[in-house]
Amino acid sequence: MSALPKRILKETERLMADSPPGISAAPKDDNLRHFDVTVTGPESSPYEGGIFKLELFLPEEYPMNPPKVRFLTKIYHPNIDKLGRICLDILKDKWSPALQIRTVLLSIQALLGAPNPDDPLANDVAQHWKENQSAAIEQAREWTRQFAQ
Amino acid sequence: MSSDGENDEFLYEDAYDDAFDQDDEVDDLDSMSEPDVYDALSPAIEEAPQRKPYDVSWKVKTLQEIIDMQTKEISKIQSVLEVPPSSAAILLRHYVWNSEKLQEQFWNDPASALEEAGLSPPSSPTTRTSTLPPSPTRRTTRSLKAGPSTSLPKRARSINTGSFECPICCMEFDELSVPSQTYSMGCEHRFCKDCWKEYLVVKIKGEGESAKIQCMESGCGRVVREEVIDDLVEKDVSRRYHNLLNAAFVADSSTLRWCPHPNCEYIIQCTQAPPRMLNQLVPTVECKCGHDLCFGCGYAASHRPVLCKIVRLWEKKCADDSETANWLQANTKECTKCQSTIEKNGGCNHMTCKKCKWEFCWVCMGPWSEHGTAWYQCNRFDEKSGIDARDTQAKSRASLERYLHYFSRWANHEHSAKLDGELYQKTEKKMEQMQNSGNLSWIEVQFAKQAVDVAIKARVTLKWSYCMAFYLKRNNMTELFEDNQRDLERAVETLGYSLEQSISDTESIAKLRQDITNQAAYVQKRHDILMDDTLKGYLERRWEFSVDI
Repeated sequence: MSALPKRILKETERLMADSPPGISAAPKDDNLRHFDVTVTGPESSPYEGGIFKLELFLPEEYPMNPPKVRFLTKIYHPNIDKLGRICLDILKDKWSPALQIRTVLLSIQALLGAPNPDDPLANDVAQHWKENQSAAIEQAREWTRQFAQ
Repeated sequence: MSSDGENDEFLYEDAYDDAFDQDDEVDDLDSMSEPDVYDALSPAIEEAPQRKPYDVSWKVKTLQEIIDMQTKEISKIQSVLEVPPSSAAILLRHYVWNSEKLQEQFWNDPASALEEAGLSPPSSPTTRTSTLPPSPTRRTTRSLKAGPSTSLPKRARSINTGSFECPICCMEFDELSVPSQTYSMGCEHRFCKDCWKEYLVVKIKGEGESAKIQCMESGCGRVVREEVIDDLVEKDVSRRYHNLLNAAFVADSSTLRWCPHPNCEYIIQCTQAPPRMLNQLVPTVECKCGHDLCFGCGYAASHRPVLCKIVRLWEKKCADDSETANWLQANTKECTKCQSTIEKNGGCNHMTCKKCKWEFCWVCMGPWSEHGTAWYQCNRFDEKSGIDARDTQAKSRASLERYLHYFSRWANHEHSAKLDGELYQKTEKKMEQMQNSGNLSWIEVQFAKQAVDVAIKARVTLKWSYCMAFYLKRNNMTELFEDNQRDLERAVETLGYSLEQSISDTESIAKLRQDITNQAAYVQKRHDILMDDTLKGYLERRWEFSVDI
């Protein structure tokens, strides 16, 4: 494997030394571009108390191209589908090379606190969210208890 | 580009004035709407074609002329708004080259016009992402990256304190190298030039972006100027960038269209065929590369006399599997109980569904139990349930047959037109033969080639006339259309037969020549009648279609 760019080394170093509250990220031993991530559910959201596992991969073109991020823990959320894929603008067309792993993970945490059923990835969940928000939130809470604790 | 010699005659024109001086151009454009060969050589079609109400006028532009058009617009805006040329370009691209709208917005509120286009002045707070308060509930990265724990960037400040670390690659630059190795736009988001370069290459080559490449900083909408890009990237990337800009200019304009033919770099300009006119116009134009195209939809050949929308419907119908479904309906029946599709390939009418074991009569579709002992002969044909089932069956069968009728003729003429193309070579040989044996001069044997041209053109028109007929509602007008179609078809077939004849002696050459010349003239006449009547029909709203146009 080619040597890691300075940028990735620095980011990793800082993530390990000083990670944002509720977020941890550490590269795997066998591939330093592949990170194990955990994000805790934000307070007063249906995901509160849950610890969600994610995987994050820095492609060869990073930071010109965005990292690839995916939820490993099952989660009931209108912008996250069954396979854990995330609908988040900064992971796609709004990506900027000035963004970092840290900012991406903070955005994902923020997404847990502010689901957006108008821009859905999981259509059935979004539908549920729009038609009966309190029931959907209860379901999300239930899934958090069941899968993220 | 090979345009140099041709530029001069277009120089006096301004693209945006064309709408007002179309009438003046009519004369010089007429010569383009018909191939010159008819005017010069054909004995049958001597008079110059008249401009018809359904024809459009157009110009063929070179890439250089397209570039000049942009430059001209840019310099106009530049002097009116008193902004630098690259700002004028960014503004115009943002307002899709609508200079009136741009000026209106600009004089209304210059600051917001500039900001919307991605040209906010350096002092504008909207591009300063670092001053936004942290807000964990927002999804935008702008708010998140400003959170208290973000400390990596050291940008703008660092230029004063000496060394600078590029926030993208984390490389350090000392005070002396900062001006030469790093770059920031008016928004003061500074990055090293290598990162800029890599970023621009990804945007231009990878994503095909051109007019709207923004600052690398997340959430900063400042657009990178042309000269900055040209300065930062290699020649080939810069060339690609400018090609993309030109492509976008043409794509954004409703009066311009690239010639769709391979390797042709001309651009057609036509102001008389806006999208709203396409329900009564078929704007066939001819590019300087010698090929026809439809200005309305970009179809790479003439599809006259059929409207663009009908062509699209037809192509879709022929391409997709919609007819498979019709076939199923025409050749199969559904089990009345479990709805399985059944094709009867032999045996008696007493059907037992393999799936659900339901027994029914294939003829009347009613349950077999009602048939009693009258096996092999259904006498219950007028039961209500059976009648309904048979009605839908009959309808779909008729519809399939109707489609196949038109499609086979359409496909047939397409095929024949292709074969006629091969006739060219044979004709050439024949012409040589005539020159040698019949004492005919070169100019005198040209009739054969012209006849082939006429035949091919007529075939293409005939082909499309079948598409048209498929969508026409049946009425008296349609009958007239079909009469014209039939006359043209007969004329073409006669001509085609004559063209295939072999030459035996001098006398027969003279006769053949006369026959072919006459027949070609007749085909041309029938062709013009069909075309003229059909295209006029749109303007007079004579045609009624079974689909919405």
